Amino acid sequence: MTTTDPAPEVTEEEERPIGFGRLLRKEDPRLIRGMGNFVDDIQLPGMLHLAVLRSPYAHARIVGVDKSAAEAHPKVVAVITGEDLAAQGLAWMPTLSNDVQAVLATDKVRFQHQEVAFVVAEDRYSARDALELIDVEYDPLPPVMDVRTALDPATAVIRDDLDGKTDNHIFDWETGDEAATNAVFDKADVVVSEEIVYPRVHPAPMETCGCVADVERVSGQLTLWCTTQAPHAHRTVYALVAGLPEHKIRIIAPDIGGGFGNKVPIYPGYVCAIVASLVIGKPVKWMEDRTENLVSTGFARDYVMKADIAATSEGRILAIRTDVLADHGAFNGVAAPVKYPAGFFGVFTGSYDLEAAHAKMTAVYTNKAPGGVAYACSFRITEAVYLVERIVDCLAHELDMDPAELRLKNLLKPDQFPYETKTGWVYDSGDYEPAMRKAMEMAGYDELRREQAEKRERGELMGIGVSFFTEAVGAGPRKDMDILGLGMADGCELRVHPTGKAVVRLSVKTQGQGHETTFAQIVSEEIGIPPEDIEVVHGDTDNTPFGLGTYGSRSTPVSGAAAALVTRKVRDKAQIIASGMLEVSISDLEWNKGSFSVKGDPSKSVTIQDIAMKAHGAGDLPEGIEGGLEAQICYNPENLTYPFGAYICVVDVDPGTAVVKVRRFIAVDDCGTRINPMIIEGQVHGGLADGVGMAMMQMIAFDEDGNCLSGSLMDYLIPTALETPDWETDHTVTPSPHHPIGAKGIGESATVGSPPAIVNAIVDALKPFGVRHADMPLTPSRVWETMQGNHTPPI
Amino acid sequence: MQVTMTINGQAVSEEIEPRLLLVHFIRDQLGLTGTHWGCDTSNCGTCVVLIDGEPVKSCTQLAAMAGGHDVKTVEGLEVDGVLDPVQEGFMQCHGLQCGFCTPGMMLTARALLDSNPNPSEEVIREAISGQICRCTGYSTIVRSIQWTAEHEASVTIGSSS
Ligand code: FES
Ligand code: FES
Repeated sequence: MTTTDPAPEVTEEEERPIGFGRLLRKEDPRLIRGMGNFVDDIQLPGMLHLAVLRSPYAHARIVGVDKSAAEAHPKVVAVITGEDLAAQGLAWMPTLSNDVQAVLATDKVRFQHQEVAFVVAEDRYSARDALELIDVEYDPLPPVMDVRTALDPATAVIRDDLDGKTDNHIFDWETGDEAATNAVFDKADVVVSEEIVYPRVHPAPMETCGCVADVERVSGQLTLWCTTQAPHAHRTVYALVAGLPEHKIRIIAPDIGGGFGNKVPIYPGYVCAIVASLVIGKPVKWMEDRTENLVSTGFARDYVMKADIAATSEGRILAIRTDVLADHGAFNGVAAPVKYPAGFFGVFTGSYDLEAAHAKMTAVYTNKAPGGVAYACSFRITEAVYLVERIVDCLAHELDMDPAELRLKNLLKPDQFPYETKTGWVYDSGDYEPAMRKAMEMAGYDELRREQAEKRERGELMGIGVSFFTEAVGAGPRKDMDILGLGMADGCELRVHPTGKAVVRLSVKTQGQGHETTFAQIVSEEIGIPPEDIEVVHGDTDNTPFGLGTYGSRSTPVSGAAAALVTRKVRDKAQIIASGMLEVSISDLEWNKGSFSVKGDPSKSVTIQDIAMKAHGAGDLPEGIEGGLEAQICYNPENLTYPFGAYICVVDVDPGTAVVKVRRFIAVDDCGTRINPMIIEGQVHGGLADGVGMAMMQMIAFDEDGNCLSGSLMDYLIPTALETPDWETDHTVTPSPHHPIGAKGIGESATVGSPPAIVNAIVDALKPFGVRHADMPLTPSRVWETMQGNHTPPI
Repeated sequence: MQVTMTINGQAVSEEIEPRLLLVHFIRDQLGLTGTHWGCDTSNCGTCVVLIDGEPVKSCTQLAAMAGGHDVKTVEGLEVDGVLDPVQEGFMQCHGLQCGFCTPGMMLTARALLDSNPNPSEEVIREAISGQICRCTGYSTIVRSIQWTAEHEASVTIGSSS
């Protein structure tokens, strides 16, 4: 029999901060008891189960679908095909990039595992059984799998559903000044060029995507429990598509088992479940299996980037230019602000002071699954940071300079902030060198280089990789940023009850980041109510204000600002009430995090709890003040916030097997003001593990016939506790000047910053072989090929 | 068919389809939804339960195979309102974020500590290496298990005095 020792590891004050500090999570007591409420945990009376039939072909015309045998299955309630949906005008839906995507294929299938039909049955197993009874006749077409040839004139046209479409082109995009950049390149001492590929990867949260749809027949009320990171945005899209009034749609995102961007888009399965519930009149559950998750939902990356960097022979970086080929799959499902088809890739100038920069990009359709912005990328900053941090290392190689020294020489200086980049991004604040120096000190950088030199003498392969990244998060100012016409602002409501307990309602939604804890801390910091007395309500459109949701590390920069400001609004009102209670003017009051006292006479004071009771109680309030103590706000960020960090990775490569071991990983992050250091550290750790996966283990690969080769966790490898080291983390603090509490966001920094550090380390280890560049994923076989001089790009 | 087993100390006897997986039996039929499901290929370990004290991926077993055995799920860790030290350790050391892998991780940790009360970091990493966490990067899970080991040791010393 086991017992528990609740003795705290940290002091009382650290454990129960009023405001910021290490605070154990409010979410944990239910989750460690198995009492979370995830979508697949939901059981409703009479609930039916939906399973989706998917295409075995990547590109094929649908000749016919015979569903009679499936319909005859005793436990099947309905079988719906694309044609059935088309009859209702529901076969297509908008994507988040103003493209359309088939809910169920009608004319053609355009990627392997595309949705073709669905079955609704009394139980999970029967629904799956019945899929086998549907007979679909396909007429295969040549699949377009190679992004490099997708625009060749002879290539099959994937999107012949679009009026007048005669090729696979989606968009061209550019940023920066091409002429000025070329002029700098022309005069530069050194120019280094490399083709850098960021392969297709997948966020693969442990919980797959799914929903339970329940349409109430008489009232027409739809309740959708859904694995969504953006419940309000989803509701509006459903309202626009289905013509249902928003007040008849309630989206509930219950506990979510990780998102990482995978749960931003609207997937056909959600729409199918809604249609099924509408048609049948019973609640319907759809839950993907792992293969469906990997092969059909939002992928990430898939950029082929030609990069050039120009520098002086002393190592002063002058300019960067890039030409990118972007594979968007069969439907353009990128979830990025409308004016930013390449997301925030424009920050590819990195953390350096350049004279000029230019990027151009062409995006194309291929017969692969749609998606494009997912997996903790801060809207394509993963790609941008990987590009710049890899090409800077190529430059270091060419100049025979230490990569850390080269970076130190070129990092932006503190007096340059706010800094406008050559592509028009205004970095809010930064003090880069101390972060870099701290990481080098933690690593024992010079000592590591000495060790490496000795090992090289002995033929051992050890690599040290450095990356320095600047993130851009917190989308975004509504003058520039919207998704499908919805401004990227976030609402927040705070209500203080008579006894001084409070409830704060957010438009964003945790998928593990700990919002129930950190948002209580933000409110607590501003109003002095202990976090345990503040309930955080989120993930339910009926009970929270409108806002665009949690992705792109936007919760703290946008919604966190909203929470701080709404609390200040409440505090301002509390101050007026306090002035009445203490019979002094407002300006004579002093705030002491939880109470107002009369300046110079601290004995005369009222707590926020006293004020709350007064606000709701009997007796007059100061003139013009209504009863109650609550406020709401909609926060429109003035700018993005720009977290940054310095990462150092140490690897050992086995010269006989080419197996790479990540020996150490040092991460110094600066996310501005720190709300809960324990949670920040956790966010960083998770992203670093992501980096190990992307750099060394995983890729969503296809064969030339269009078969997805990465449809299970046996093929798409995710790091375990054995591939990951014990992370060494630390921080610097450079607050954001425009964010009310100076916080910048931390959710994706490590996913953005770690892949280049790891790849740089592996390439550094392979320096004795003359290697300057190698593409991810650096699996043992790809490292081995590189050692043999046979490195090939992964796509 | 009929299957009878002990779950969290309680005898259960249920009519099942022979092909029913143990994970679905536990989740859907018994309503113990703390045991999760995350893959089709026995890779993720979100479904781990203890069978006769040993960690087992409940997606790789038929419910029928558990007949006659003693099954423990995350719901069985807390006894009479007292948390298992492993649960306390995960809270103290931020061993969870989304909480989806957590029940499986905690049960594996419980089994490990029952057989090896003072495991090294390496042994802990090996023990949980059949399970995937997408959120934590594992260091805090390792720390949670170490915290538990330390506290169980101090409780043992304390109770013997
Ligand atoms: S569900 Fe993944 S191992 Fe059991
Ligand atoms: S806590 Fe989310 S998967 Fe482990």
